[in-house]
Amino acid sequence: VIAARAIGDALRGALEEDDRVILVGEDLVDPYGGAFKVTRGLSTDFPGRVRSTPVSEGAIVGLCAGLALSGYRPIAEIMFGDFLTLCFDQIVNHIAKYEAMYNGKVTCPVIIRTPSGGGRGYGPTHSQSLEKHFFGVPHLRVVASSLVHDPAAVLRALLAQDRPVLLIEHKLLYPLHLMLPAGGRLEGDIAELQVSAGGLPTVSIRPVPRQDCWFTVLAYGYQAELARRVLSRLAVEEEIFGELVVPSQISPLDWEPIDASVGVTRSLLVIEEGVEGFTWGSEVAAQISSRFFGELRRPVATAASDPTVIPSSKTLEAGMLMTSERVEQAIRKVAV
Amino acid sequence: VKHDDNGRSAMPAADRADARLVGAPGEPRTERLYRRMRFIRRFEESLLDLFERGLLNGTTHACIGQEADAVAIVEQLDADDHMFSNHRCHGHFLARTGDALGLMAEIMGKPEGVCGGIGGSQHLCASGFMSNGIQGGIVPNAAGIALAKQLDGSAGVSVVFIGDGTLGEGVTYETLNLASLWRLPLVVVLEDNEWSQSTPSSANLAGSMRDRFTAFGLQVFEIDSTDVEEINAIAERALAQARTRGGPVAIVIHTYRLCHHSKNDDNRPAEEVAARWKLDPIEIHGRRLDSSIRAAIDVEVESALQDIIDRALSL
Repeated sequence: VIAARAIGDALRGALEEDDRVILVGEDLVDPYGGAFKVTRGLSTDFPGRVRSTPVSEGAIVGLCAGLALSGYRPIAEIMFGDFLTLCFDQIVNHIAKYEAMYNGKVTCPVIIRTPSGGGRGYGPTHSQSLEKHFFGVPHLRVVASSLVHDPAAVLRALLAQDRPVLLIEHKLLYPLHLMLPAGGRLEGDIAELQVSAGGLPTVSIRPVPRQDCWFTVLAYGYQAELARRVLSRLAVEEEIFGELVVPSQISPLDWEPIDASVGVTRSLLVIEEGVEGFTWGSEVAAQISSRFFGELRRPVATAASDPTVIPSSKTLEAGMLMTSERVEQAIRKVAV
Repeated sequence: VKHDDNGRSAMPAADRADARLVGAPGEPRTERLYRRMRFIRRFEESLLDLFERGLLNGTTHACIGQEADAVAIVEQLDADDHMFSNHRCHGHFLARTGDALGLMAEIMGKPEGVCGGIGGSQHLCASGFMSNGIQGGIVPNAAGIALAKQLDGSAGVSVVFIGDGTLGEGVTYETLNLASLWRLPLVVVLEDNEWSQSTPSSANLAGSMRDRFTAFGLQVFEIDSTDVEEINAIAERALAQARTRGGPVAIVIHTYRLCHHSKNDDNRPAEEVAARWKLDPIEIHGRRLDSSIRAAIDVEVESALQDIIDRALSL
């Protein structure tokens, strides 16, 4: 099943299981069913609970805050991750604050889903991965969809807790088939699924036992899929063995699976599609360097897109975004 | 608590309220309205005094001169209704909850405060009441609460207080559109006190306040008054309209802030402020009371507030 369908099915399951779940966003209603068709069919089957809104991202997310404060479980769709800037005040100064600011008297469990990332030629304002601006916001969870995570299990875990969530879905994942680990394997690789206390999975994938891996790669979303393909090929063709760790929650991080891998490989590369500078990778590098100082065999490496606008031209876009080629280059640098 | 002459429970969340401040059940409305305005006024004057004495930390926004708005609107609220307020929220909070000790302790930063001292002056939460300090952002939150009431099939409405300065915030208009489109039971109360911090609304605002609401299809109830009885009368009509489930309504109250914006920041012409003191809502309504009754209420409010300040300081 492709990711878009699996996410749609997960939303359907949530609507079926809990009357308090309400979907709100632009152009969600059938026959259109959302800009990326994730919600197709849901408004027909759940009339009144799947609602198309005016083009008003601040009001959409602010409205969801009021629903959540009233006991509902709203799930907002922001059509493009780039438009999160229009919700920043609601997320940072309202939704993420209410529970703590009111000393636990209320909860505000809003889930905000948003298709993000480049590679489709949509240009500077419809291609970005802006999630780094939300990392470290107190009381906010940032979660990223990846092909190795079951969207239904992730959504169930998120609906079972009360923290607000920003859920990043890279749009290039939508047409790809999920690749869920089963029986400790993923295709030919060893795959380990670890679930955090909050019920959110981290999947670690390695071609050989961990003690035979030379390095760890940490990535999420579409970059995790690019890294998986490169690592798989390098293992088969060149006997270069690295372990890929893919967390579902990317801020704050569940460090246990990351530390477990880095503690053995003693080498880490962090990959993300967002632009470089004050990144996810910087934070991971700081934390890992602090905990593993003296044990690491080389400084923590990071790879991110160039710090500029994302061009519309396919060639220019490929010249600055983290592509498969750049992922491979970054991996080769630590695979020595 | 059902009151005698308006049929509504004017103080649904008054479990921590002192009758000397909010009135005992059955107190005639004229006296109740006066008592509550006097309570809010003296509470805030006491706060400013505590600041002067260095006993409070941070900042505060008093609503001195605007007490009639809070008291009149709350007079028309039921226990099912929700109220969202802004940075200038003490009057709204006290009118709604009567919880003077909870607010005093909160502003003093004590764990016994309504939000454990985390929220402070601008970020309050109690049953049926919330406030936040960001301009405009609370309007969609209140609309979401209104949608929840619509989905619940509740008879309640969601009330949100904004100021003339908030009309500069775009999300306000996003929300007016959405709320009207979905016919949400939302009541927007605009307290136009003529000054946005240090800037007169004439330098901030093009066009008409009323037309901003009518453009989105809201019925507008507009009044230029500091008389609590007049505001109560228009609030009664507005809330009745909102309860018909015909969509959101706006109440536009042209009033005046008799105090500074926050603390020691008043550059308005002294003669302008002095002229407005002649329209002090407490005097306007106070003249309706028998002087001995009024004096007795003043004494009760004073003694209750002193008790509360003493208790809060001792926490």
